[in-house]
Amino acid sequence: MQTILLIIVLAPLLGAIVAGLLRNRVGRTGAHQVTILGVGLSCVLSLYVLWQFAYQDAPVYNETLYTWMVSDGLRMEIGFLVDNLTAMMMAVVTFVSLMVHIYTIGYMAHEEGYQRFFSYIALFTFSMLMLVMSNNFLQLFFGWEAVGLVSYLLIGFYFKRETAIFANLKAFLVNRVGDFGFLLGIAAVAMYFGSLDYREVFDRAPEFASATINLGGGVEWSLMTVICILLFIGAMGKSAQMPLHVWLPDSMEGPTPISALIHAATMVTAGIFMVARMSPLYELSEVALSFILVIGATTAFMMGLIGIVQNDIKRVVAYSTLSQLGYMVAALGASAYAAGLFHLMTHAFFKALLFLAAGSVIIGMHHDQDIRNMGGLRRYMPITHWTALLGTLALIGFPGFSGFFSKDAIIEAVHYAQLPGAGYAYVLLLLGVFVTALYSFRMYFIVFHGKGPRDEHALAHLKESPGVVTWPLILLAIPSVFIGYLTIGPMLFGDFFDGVLTVSAVHDTLGQIHYEGALAFLVHGMQTPPFWLAMAGLVTAWLVFSLQPKIARTMGNTFGWLHFVLDRKYGFDEFNQAVFAGGSKLLGKVLWSVGDRTVIDGVMVNGSAHSVGRVAAVMRYLQTGMLYHYAMAIIIGLLVLLGWFVLRG
Amino acid sequence: MTAEAAILSATIWLPILGGVIVLGSGDRTPQVTRRLALGFAVLTFVVSLPLYFGFDPGTAEMQFVEKVPWIPAFDVHYYLGVDGISMPLILLTTFISILVVIAGWEVIQYKPSQYMAAFLIMEGLMIGVFCALDAMLFYVFWEAMLIPMFIIIGVWGGPNRVYATIKFFLYTFLGSVFMLVALIYMYFQSGSMEILAFHDLKLGLTEQILIFMAFLLAFAVKVPMWPVHTWLPDAHVEAPTGGSVILAAIMLKIGGYGFLRFSLPITPDASSELDWLIITMSLVAVVYIGFVALVQQDMKKLIAYSSIAHMGFVTLGFFVVFIITTRGDVDSGAVLGMQGGMVQMVSHGFISAALFLCVGVLYDRLHSREISDYGGVVNVMPWFAAFLVFFAMANAGLPGTSGFVGEFMVILASFRADFWFAFLAATTLIIGAAYTLWMVKRVVFGEVGSDKVAVLEDINRREALVLGTLAVAVLILGVWPAPLIEVMDVSIENLVRHITVTKL
Repeated sequence: MQTILLIIVLAPLLGAIVAGLLRNRVGRTGAHQVTILGVGLSCVLSLYVLWQFAYQDAPVYNETLYTWMVSDGLRMEIGFLVDNLTAMMMAVVTFVSLMVHIYTIGYMAHEEGYQRFFSYIALFTFSMLMLVMSNNFLQLFFGWEAVGLVSYLLIGFYFKRETAIFANLKAFLVNRVGDFGFLLGIAAVAMYFGSLDYREVFDRAPEFASATINLGGGVEWSLMTVICILLFIGAMGKSAQMPLHVWLPDSMEGPTPISALIHAATMVTAGIFMVARMSPLYELSEVALSFILVIGATTAFMMGLIGIVQNDIKRVVAYSTLSQLGYMVAALGASAYAAGLFHLMTHAFFKALLFLAAGSVIIGMHHDQDIRNMGGLRRYMPITHWTALLGTLALIGFPGFSGFFSKDAIIEAVHYAQLPGAGYAYVLLLLGVFVTALYSFRMYFIVFHGKGPRDEHALAHLKESPGVVTWPLILLAIPSVFIGYLTIGPMLFGDFFDGVLTVSAVHDTLGQIHYEGALAFLVHGMQTPPFWLAMAGLVTAWLVFSLQPKIARTMGNTFGWLHFVLDRKYGFDEFNQAVFAGGSKLLGKVLWSVGDRTVIDGVMVNGSAHSVGRVAAVMRYLQTGMLYHYAMAIIIGLLVLLGWFVLRG
Repeated sequence: MTAEAAILSATIWLPILGGVIVLGSGDRTPQVTRRLALGFAVLTFVVSLPLYFGFDPGTAEMQFVEKVPWIPAFDVHYYLGVDGISMPLILLTTFISILVVIAGWEVIQYKPSQYMAAFLIMEGLMIGVFCALDAMLFYVFWEAMLIPMFIIIGVWGGPNRVYATIKFFLYTFLGSVFMLVALIYMYFQSGSMEILAFHDLKLGLTEQILIFMAFLLAFAVKVPMWPVHTWLPDAHVEAPTGGSVILAAIMLKIGGYGFLRFSLPITPDASSELDWLIITMSLVAVVYIGFVALVQQDMKKLIAYSSIAHMGFVTLGFFVVFIITTRGDVDSGAVLGMQGGMVQMVSHGFISAALFLCVGVLYDRLHSREISDYGGVVNVMPWFAAFLVFFAMANAGLPGTSGFVGEFMVILASFRADFWFAFLAATTLIIGAAYTLWMVKRVVFGEVGSDKVAVLEDINRREALVLGTLAVAVLILGVWPAPLIEVMDVSIENLVRHITVTKL
């Protein structure tokens, strides 16, 4: 097993090194061959591992690879923990990654930096695998930051574009804000548990259920709440939850394949994975769960709304990703970890599909991303159109599609949640269903229906993308449609996650759902509000954006203020730019010019030099160099001394 | 003296001897001079290797000891030895010195023999500082070390070098004079000049506080700690690349080393009493200096300020020890913080050296350090850009690079002292990334900034060798820091045990 796991991890790394460092030696073809070979091998072996765990009941693999260091009795190690959760994540990551690798051959065919791109995405696969396969907090943080690094490099892939290099810096810094909390959470774990190993920490977690920590001011906080919220702040950065979501829309500056791989299917779900992995800790803090639930639901609804007014095809999908991540987070908050992970998996497939389809449209439109310039593309790009339609149906949760099962499970679970804020979350998630259908089909109708592109030039060159692009679409469309129906039983209501996720009896929201097979679930789902809301959204989108586009304009005018607020994305960017970026620079300038240059250098350092100089300038007059001045001084001094003696005596 | 025992003397005197020979070779055949200098630097490194391989990590005793009378009238000895604290720093010195010689290869055209000689002599003196166990010997090396640096900045420095050298010299000299007074006082108290004897010297709290303050002046200036840091940006800006590298990579570490060898073990009670002062200064360094670094327009100044912020972690790691041990409700963490400080010193040696070399690469080509003069360097210098981004990430403490290890350990340890210490220290994750990557954005990325940038040539083999070597070092230490921890483990544990026992 260890050999297999090592190959899974190292094959992509090797591919990345070869494609990156020997980029001129291997050439373009060599670069994609070697990385696809590496990731392909990794994917096949991951599927084998998943099969072993799902069907052969393979024992949990938890071994140390090597000791990073031992300091002060604290062992820090690099090692793997592979159980059902890990195996599922490995399969999703490597499969989507492989699809993206193949797709990239077509998408990047005429771009510079071809080898560099393949090197980065292979490196990403390695980092993501290290993250999900970790058996301890240290390695988790390694992978956590490493995927952030690759994300930084890839968002700034077009390094000549000012917007791209702004976006990657922003992404890195916002993620660092999350990591700041995450690291403090890890420090707390290390302090109280004396270990960074998952198994040890999880086993001992109940001992600390009522422990408290003093954060100053004499107020005692629940230790578990503090740890869980600190760790969750890391997840908020990586999984782009409000208010740390601001980097994800901008990350669309990167090439589309990585938007699919990193900023939709895998990296942004690291936060979901992390919280699910830490379920033994989160179950001990209702405050943290409630916090998570509210943040997730708020993100799911508010980000979906923004998606309605976006005109950049990638940004629509990006806001959709934010919203769907909100759903997953809300599931975690409701202790329905399995539902969150289930949605993570289905979302990985259909969102990667949607992104890659968007990329295919972008290829067809010669890198024009404005949906207002598109229309009627279904006639020119049939495969892209059909796969995109399947992806869209999965996204809105159309009955039978994968997204239906996962989203319905989440909403049901939140419905049963008893935590403070659960009612609020339930309402927002329901409304979110309507919003999701609205923005998804708005985009679908505008892009694929109606009259063809107005631009004659674009129209003349419009054609279906090559096979390396369409095949990944087809291969991703298959799970997007079926995987929900096939896996809902074992993943949500079966024993797939037994022994992996911890759910205390009082929080067991999933357990309250009556499940009698996927088909019954399907039929039941069609009698619940989410189904009608989704249909309402679909029909509204059809009415407003396809049948009577005038309505859209009238609505836009009537609700001008709302449009303004949504178009400005609630003003988060402006606020951050003014307060945090501007404030830091101002503070830096003040500290530098006042603190360093005026006070320390001006007054203390040069000031003392100057005072020495001034004293010396006065003293200088005593040393005239004239002999008679000195003689005179001696005589006077002598007289004074003698006089003193005489008078005293 | 056995053959093994002469290793320390060899690592001190070989480069000094080499320096004299290089100096004598003159500037008529610069190529020979350079090769000679490189030869001595490499030889010194090779000679220093047995210090690592022959080192016994199982004991806190001094190893490779040499002791002969020097000035018997005052009981002053030529007394050398290393433990797990000084040994890694000596290897760092011999390693970085090679790179400095290579980095100055074609760049220094003005009196290369004197330039190379100054570095070699300085190398020997710095090693002397790290292994001197006699206070007088230590002080001689300590002061002598200033002279080559003074010359390097003063002769090969930038336009404002005179101000910078005077500031550098007076600042550091002011600090060390008080240290001398403290050393002489302790000589009269103990009747010996041995540093290890000072460790066991019983001292009252008032005495300890005075001695502690005297040492603090000397070491805080060297580190440098806020608010006695303002000499460093000026010195860096004016110093030639090699000078900056040595200054940042080694000289600053001497301050940190001083705390471990003198302040903490000699005046443990005063250190414990005044730990709040050092912790405050360290945290101010991390936060305040981070913001100052953010607004720098000059690349070298930015890296200099970044150095101060990173050294804040070193002193923080050293001084949270007392709070952790007196808390009572946590059983460990003191050693973690101190080791973290040590790792941070070594790591900073690599990273700051690499960053200053990167600036040097650009400066050699364009003769400007202003960030605004660059932009889009990646278009013309892709390999250089890759290195700079890598080292910038290391500077921002990315896991997998050495920059992460020390900061991680210190944050973990300071969390045990107080949540808010860790909170403030961890802000470096954000601020450090902000100032480093913002610089990278403006220098490396974007469209080609100007016609001058457009004609820049990518790094040559020599530069690639130097940066590549450092990159490997940064990576190895980041991926597997265990070997470094192992050699210092016992010495640090012993030190922590020593300082937690009161002398009163």
